[in-house]
Amino acid sequence: MIEIKNLVKRFGNHFAVDDISFTIDDGEIVGFLGPNGAGKSTTMNMITGYLSSTSGSVSVDGYDIFESPVEAKRLIGFLPEQPPLYIDMTVWEYLSFVYDLKGCDFNKQKHLTEVCELVKVLDVKNRLIRNLSKGYKQRVGIASALVGNPKIIILDEPTVGLDPKQIIDIRSLIRNLGKKHTVILSTHIMQEVQAVCERIIVINQGKIIADEKTASFNNAINQNTRYRVKIAGPSKEIMRHIRSLVGIVSCELHGEREGDAFSYDIESAQNIDIRKSLFRALADKGWPMLGMEPIGMELEDIFLKLINTKGGKK
Amino acid sequence: MIAIFKREMRAYFTTSTGYIFLSVALALSGIVLGLTTLLVKSSDTGMYFSLMLFVFMIILPVLTMKTFSEERRTKTEQLLLTAPISTTQMVLGKFLSCFCMLLIMLAINCINFIPLFTYADTTSSAVTSMPPNVAMIIGNLLAVMLVGMSFIAIGIFISSLTENQFAAVVITIGVLLVFLLIGIFNGMIENNVIRTILGWLSIYSRYTNFTYAVFDIDALIYYMSITGVFLFLSVRVFESRKYN
Repeated sequence: MIEIKNLVKRFGNHFAVDDISFTIDDGEIVGFLGPNGAGKSTTMNMITGYLSSTSGSVSVDGYDIFESPVEAKRLIGFLPEQPPLYIDMTVWEYLSFVYDLKGCDFNKQKHLTEVCELVKVLDVKNRLIRNLSKGYKQRVGIASALVGNPKIIILDEPTVGLDPKQIIDIRSLIRNLGKKHTVILSTHIMQEVQAVCERIIVINQGKIIADEKTASFNNAINQNTRYRVKIAGPSKEIMRHIRSLVGIVSCELHGEREGDAFSYDIESAQNIDIRKSLFRALADKGWPMLGMEPIGMELEDIFLKLINTKGGKK
Repeated sequence: MIAIFKREMRAYFTTSTGYIFLSVALALSGIVLGLTTLLVKSSDTGMYFSLMLFVFMIILPVLTMKTFSEERRTKTEQLLLTAPISTTQMVLGKFLSCFCMLLIMLAINCINFIPLFTYADTTSSAVTSMPPNVAMIIGNLLAVMLVGMSFIAIGIFISSLTENQFAAVVITIGVLLVFLLIGIFNGMIENNVIRTILGWLSIYSRYTNFTYAVFDIDALIYYMSITGVFLFLSVRVFESRKYN
């Protein structure tokens, strides 16, 4: 269990992390979501004892990371933003060094083989890390976090710079890890936390702006109110007509054009599904609808929405 | 600590660093020995050991330069600093590996003394032609080892301050040079107080007794303390960096 209380990190006059508190229970998979520079890495670096806090405390299974760092660190496997790999070692040598460094006491050969199998680096175990691709390097980094079977695995942006297939692999790996370990990962990609995590902590400008189970988080943000609709017909009349419908907040022309059809960005008020009424309205007028797609929310939109729905929490 | 020591030793011998260090160190040492003994037909190694300090001043920084600078630049220090070991163990592991390289170099270097014995003229009455005094050589080897140890500690401390290896090596040579020069020029200073204070900093002056074949316990403690202080400072560098 990780308990974080009133954690603050100040760099000069800048508050990188500004008074955050939360608790992570055993077995949870938690995602830190936030844009670059939100304070995710700084928070993780403080949990792992790489940085010290300006004030506040971090305790891992009751061990304070600043007062009994060795005991606390033993419980944590950490993959920093940039995997700390010695590029002049082979994968096996590197993992074997990490094993010794962590002072593990298992059957070394067996344990390392298991870890390598889990992250699928067994086929490159005798190659120099220098010569590996980015995806493999990342996996070796994850492997080093797993060495010694720590209770808690902390992964800082584990999928950055990977190709789509590797991302899928790593995500399913993380889900698997969640069965035996507590996992904390950070990302600025919303789909990633939705796909992998059970709980989402949203951080922006050093503050927590949401801390919810993924399901309720999805409910809060997934209500789509914006659609891109392609309609054939006279654009000015169409816009005027749509704007006159009940529940429509705005209707703007989006640049795309296909023959006599234009795309429109239509936004409705909250809690109203306008799709059916829109369809009927257009059908009545004899303007065929050629396509409709929801416009996904960008991270910034979510922040705005979260900040707005939480009222004065900011 | 053992893990770091083993990794460092491995790194010295799988990359070129270890070989370059050993070959340059042994070459310089051989040249100095040749010039100060064989060439002038003397078996007195006092001069040789004095000059070895200058050799150390140039080669030991090359050994220590990448201990922490390189780790910091490539961010691998993050692995060490988040591993369940104390900062002290980390610094000691690094220190021991450098020290071990120094011992390897000194051990191989002993071959150089063989000619002094084989070419010695036991019938001659001149002191300089007699076989060298074994006790003196061993004493001196111990002494250069101690000085080398303190140089390594200073080098490691400077390496922990910068992420640029080149800066580390240049600054370390500069600092060691200042230490040596203080010792050499200290005798010229009239003021007693200043002389005493500078005397504490003088790595060189403690060493002179050894070259006269006197084993100086004070100096032993002095070099141990210098090593201890700079290793402690290195640990503090890492502790305080957490706060930035």
